[in-house]
Amino acid sequence: MAKATQAKAAPANSTAKQNKSTDGSAKKTARRRPGKAQPPASAEDLLGFYRDMLLIRRFEEKAGQLYGMGLIGGFCHLYIGQEAVVAGVHANALPQDSVITSYRDHGHMLACGMPPDGVMAELTGREGGLSKGKGGSMHMFSREKNFYGGHGIVGAQVPLGTGLAFAHKYKKDGGVCYTYFGDGSVNQGQVYESFNMAQLWKLPVLYIIENNKYGMGTSIQRSSSTTELYQRGSAHGIPGTQVDGMDVIKVRDATAEALEHVRGGKGPYILEMLTYRYRGHSMSDPAKYRSKDEVSKVRSEQDPIDNLRQMILSTNAADEATLKAIDGDIKAIVTHAADFAKASPEPQLSELYTDILVEA
Amino acid sequence: MPIQILMPALSPTMTEGNLAKWNVAEGDTISAGDVICEIETDKATMEVEAVDEGVMGKILIPGGTEAVAVNAVIALLLEEGEDKSALDMVEMAGQTPKSNPAPVATDSPAMAAHADPAPVSAPAAAAEILEPEYDGPMITQTLRESLRDAMAEEMRRDDSVFLMGEEVAQYQGAYKVSQGLLDEFGEDRIIDTPITEYGFSGLAVGASFAGLKPIVEFMTFNFSMQAIDHIVNSAAKTLYMSGGQMGSSIVFRGANGAASRVGAQHSQCFAAWYSQVPGLKVVAPWSGADAKGLLKAAIRDPNPVVFLENELLYGTSFEVPASEDFVLPIGKAKIERTGTDVTITAFSRMVGLALEAAELLAAEGISAEVINLRTIRPLDTGTIINSVKKTNRIVSVEEGWPQSGVGAEIVAQVMENAFDYLDAPVVRVHGEDVPMPYAANLEALTLPTPEKIKAAAKAVCYA
Repeated sequence: MAKATQAKAAPANSTAKQNKSTDGSAKKTARRRPGKAQPPASAEDLLGFYRDMLLIRRFEEKAGQLYGMGLIGGFCHLYIGQEAVVAGVHANALPQDSVITSYRDHGHMLACGMPPDGVMAELTGREGGLSKGKGGSMHMFSREKNFYGGHGIVGAQVPLGTGLAFAHKYKKDGGVCYTYFGDGSVNQGQVYESFNMAQLWKLPVLYIIENNKYGMGTSIQRSSSTTELYQRGSAHGIPGTQVDGMDVIKVRDATAEALEHVRGGKGPYILEMLTYRYRGHSMSDPAKYRSKDEVSKVRSEQDPIDNLRQMILSTNAADEATLKAIDGDIKAIVTHAADFAKASPEPQLSELYTDILVEA
Repeated sequence: MPIQILMPALSPTMTEGNLAKWNVAEGDTISAGDVICEIETDKATMEVEAVDEGVMGKILIPGGTEAVAVNAVIALLLEEGEDKSALDMVEMAGQTPKSNPAPVATDSPAMAAHADPAPVSAPAAAAEILEPEYDGPMITQTLRESLRDAMAEEMRRDDSVFLMGEEVAQYQGAYKVSQGLLDEFGEDRIIDTPITEYGFSGLAVGASFAGLKPIVEFMTFNFSMQAIDHIVNSAAKTLYMSGGQMGSSIVFRGANGAASRVGAQHSQCFAAWYSQVPGLKVVAPWSGADAKGLLKAAIRDPNPVVFLENELLYGTSFEVPASEDFVLPIGKAKIERTGTDVTITAFSRMVGLALEAAELLAAEGISAEVINLRTIRPLDTGTIINSVKKTNRIVSVEEGWPQSGVGAEIVAQVMENAFDYLDAPVVRVHGEDVPMPYAANLEALTLPTPEKIKAAAKAVCYA
């Protein structure tokens, strides 16, 4: 997967400038950049983002389709709508960094460079899946890509990610752990237990709250006494920034700024990404808790991929034909993944009793 | 060939549903992600989004149709460059149009490969674990010193081992088990945590994913209930969920079970709880040699190990091998006293009580064999069964509660593997089935005693 490099010149009114403070105060950034500025990233970077995000979207659409056919079972939480978050964050990643997230995890795996074939085959519960079919949608891992799951207990990945950061510090390897969690998990007690230790011990962890506004079927307003989630670290002196998570460039820049703090040994930082999931919480969610108008308004006005596409075309970073070619490439990758996931055999029955313990 | 659009399932159990309405008409251009129709079941209504782009060629199942089977073809989508004549080709040829998605799971050859499942059972017990002989020098030390030395030796041996917990560093351990470790290893490796069991247990498991080997001290295992989610869901299950890619080499240790007069919330035995979990090992030492040899093994073990100590034993002195190379195998019980008339199994502090009971029984002419289980998971059933085959009678002793307890498991194992050798029903001696009372007389009434064990042994001997 193409890795976008950090833009040398941050836009004049970027989130970065507004958040120089590292004194534990939380800042709210402009949600949208007014007017049209010069290109905020190189053409190569923009096309890289387009490719990364489109791969996630098309992959998830295909997963939804395979679910509908009964090829994917159980829980399946799709990331459609939230692609800009993981694409923008990961553009800043260094090879030694680590990533951990919840069960809405397919996009994170793809962004980490894990193979679409292996992810899709895990969704179908096949031998060729990244966990040999024994994990499923919510449980995939990659030592090679430093991706530590895929966790099904809401909020549990937050202390786990804090522990990965502890290991970065213990080993002095310069890495940062990107710990993703949703608005649904921010009221779990273990999140604050983690915040406390991360700040106390100045652990290199970037907490990324993907606020898609609904924890399953309960809106943030109905679940949370305070809804400005970037401020949730303030009791522990952890600085936070609210970011337009539908804009991949803003995500990338805010992450770069936060990472200066984290890599500088100043401890954790919180980024609240305002985003939106188009699909239900899981596949069997009828979505009665929000209106269709709400969903379609976000899709038509804030879609991260459509907006990036517009940006690419309006800044002449690429032409329609180039984008079309990328569309075709992505379609081929996803089709290949689906074919692989359907053709790969189910695990051998002898796998039932393997991988329970490591033989000492 | 046109693309078939199939009736989707809303859930894994759905077999049919109603096609409520079409949001597109024949001839409409469709992009991936467009809502094309709505389907409903008795539980929910959902929108169906297009996966492919193209032109809606033909709607085969009209809106308002009820009981449409999952995976039925509901429409045909024309791909770029195709016109309506492609639809005629489908019908004229009578062949299956290019299907995207492809045939359903149950029909695919991939699934058929294992369609005739052979019965699968847990692998047979591994070859017998042999305990190494030790005839080197011995030293006398308290059990807390043995635990401390085990940690210190392993930390000298492996830089990735560290200790974290409440009061383990500057305070030198709530029960002084970590005395002196801060001085030797420094604050980077002997880490005082806030009182935040769920958080620091999760943090330690995360660190273990990254290859470190944490020792997590619970001041007592009663507080591990705050953290049990990470012990079970994060530490024990990850190796399996990752298909063997990523495990957790970690030790959770601390005082377990009743101490003295500390009341119901500080007096519970967790051996049975943790022993139920595949992916965990559960160790419960009795002697100083057990403590040292098994803790060293636990730290070296690549799996999560729950290491259950007993506060009342911390100050007890034992003879302990003086060698740094003395390591005991996890999964191996020890026959502490041989006998011929009745087998008594016990673990942790109860081993001492069982040995006292054996003395009392000997005075009455009954020869008891006392097995120190040492490991609760994997349980050394071989040693238990072999003993029962010799004595034909067995009593299990534990200080925890009876229901689904370690004794209940031993009863089941003996039933399954030595039923024909039994001359009497198995008897369990256990903590009474009540929250631990505070009053001294009631507390004493709750716990096993040598006299209770003796009475049970006599009962199975019909003596």
